[in-house]
Amino acid sequence: MLLIGYGNPGRGDDGLGPALVERLKAMDLPGLSLDADYQLTPEMAADLAAHAQVVFADASREPLPRPKLSPLQPRPPASFSSHGLQPAEVLYLAQRLFGASTQAFVLAIPGREFDVFREGLSAPARHQLQLAVERVLRMLSEPEPDKGRAD
Amino acid sequence: MPKTRVVEIEPVTRVEGHGRITVHLDEQNQVDEARLHIVEFRGFERFILGRPLWEVPVVVQRLCGICPVSHHLAAAKAMDRIMGVRKIPPTAEKMRRLMHYGQMIQSHVLHFFHLCSPDLLFGFDAPAAERNIFRVIETNPELARQGVLMRKFGQRLIEVTAGKKIHGTGAVPGGINKNLSIGERDGLLAELPQMLQWARGAVQIAQDYVTEHRALAESFASFNSSHLSLVREDGALELYDGQLRAIDASGNIIFDQVDNQDFNDYLMEEVRPWSYMKFPFIKRRGPIDGWYRVGPLSRLNCAGFIDTPEADQAHQAFKAFTGGQPNPMSLAYHWARMIEVLHCVEKVERLLHDPDLQGTDLIAQGERQEEGIGIIEAPRGTLFHHYKVDEQGLVTFCNLIVSTTNNNEAMNRAVTQVAKSHLSGQAKISEAMLNHLEVAVRAYDPCLSCATHALGQMPLAVELYDAAGGLVEQRVKA
Repeated sequence: MLLIGYGNPGRGDDGLGPALVERLKAMDLPGLSLDADYQLTPEMAADLAAHAQVVFADASREPLPRPKLSPLQPRPPASFSSHGLQPAEVLYLAQRLFGASTQAFVLAIPGREFDVFREGLSAPARHQLQLAVERVLRMLSEPEPDKGRAD
Repeated sequence: MPKTRVVEIEPVTRVEGHGRITVHLDEQNQVDEARLHIVEFRGFERFILGRPLWEVPVVVQRLCGICPVSHHLAAAKAMDRIMGVRKIPPTAEKMRRLMHYGQMIQSHVLHFFHLCSPDLLFGFDAPAAERNIFRVIETNPELARQGVLMRKFGQRLIEVTAGKKIHGTGAVPGGINKNLSIGERDGLLAELPQMLQWARGAVQIAQDYVTEHRALAESFASFNSSHLSLVREDGALELYDGQLRAIDASGNIIFDQVDNQDFNDYLMEEVRPWSYMKFPFIKRRGPIDGWYRVGPLSRLNCAGFIDTPEADQAHQAFKAFTGGQPNPMSLAYHWARMIEVLHCVEKVERLLHDPDLQGTDLIAQGERQEEGIGIIEAPRGTLFHHYKVDEQGLVTFCNLIVSTTNNNEAMNRAVTQVAKSHLSGQAKISEAMLNHLEVAVRAYDPCLSCATHALGQMPLAVELYDAAGGLVEQRVKA
């Protein structure tokens, strides 16, 4: 499985995705590849094709009680800017350009403070980060076909 | 007051960042002028004050998610000088160059294959539904795939030299903090033949486009200007280091071999009330006549030659196209950009075979200075970082002139020229006409978020004003 955490660590809780990657990297989990970036980029499509499953982990402004895993369907990009590539568009590129049959999910991690120029997460976001780690661990431990069952 | 009509269209961006174009008509319904407005507030130069000098090369990467490496390296070069280091160890310089070429490749490739290819492949007048990356993928998936994999190669170069993808720490004041392992080197070398082949192909596509559309290229946002770039001491194209050279529209030297630390003696910035982005100009020529262009077109116009064989051959063809005179065509930026990609791939190949990359002498020491300037050729053009620090090593002054700011006047002239050609006297403003404006801006590959670095976002909107200043038509992001 590949997990891509994306967001800007310099904008408070927007860094939840990369923070999740850092936490998981420290755990050195077998069968889990990790990637982190400010934003999604087209070359990630090639990485998707090499994995059976992918999770796009991103901070969410939605006031969720806990991180939410949702299945993802591909969508062709209408326009193209590296400022605005969406998970569904990366999945589309992976399928169309690299023949990927990757099962894809979005993990939305609720954040609280986004409109700040600050490194580090708010206290509520740190709590949600721990819940996100647990959600990924549960996903990795689930046997087929339950693996990746959406919340 | 005329009635305002708002028409919503698909996103009109495919530039990196956000801005607004206004077109102003006179009483005869002819275009009087057009302006590219950058209306976001810039605050990064204040944000950096008080930070320790060691942090600066890492912190400045927050300026932009598109070209963090350029800021990382420009800041590192400035901090080298503050540390009193004039020459970093060979391993450090070569690792930094490798990082820089990776950044150039990935940035140029994204622009050419994904942002501007719909315009080149389907034409400026094609309906919006037909002129987008989706259609490129559907009609030419191999081209789109090459773009993705070349970007991936560039990103891999950045990762192995900067240490990681986000907030890389490779370049430090005085040098670099890691060398290249044999495993990393061999992985990159294995991909090089394919990258070279694709880079050659990209040059051919861009060259063929400009050659086959010569009449369009000569009339579309084509104008005489001065050009500025770094060059090597022997006049060769130089992307990482070198001295400043400026030439006029006929190719005459305005100044040459200007040391990085002296740039303030030759360039100034002007503020205009309608834009947060400044307007730099050559001091000697004044604010009216002293504006210039930067970036791939200007670098190839300024350079006497290129020190890699295939790119040099392509450069000769580029020069011959305008009889040895500087090329004034905005659409030729794309051709120049791809020649630079070929050059960077050739440079990477040369570097990867250099045993210095496995060297262990990584950082030089010197006597602390209070001021330092770092200049680098970023993908979009010459990038200036200027800092002062106090005795504790905390930043007390920061001025950045980013590539897009250097091209500010040129982009405004391009927009005005295209507006006059395509909008004057028209009864109705079509989406295709407006796209012509954006094609002109897009040729410069502007990074508007970098140029102002704002809090918040604003889509690129195009507005039409009548002679009385009333808004006639506005097209904004849906």
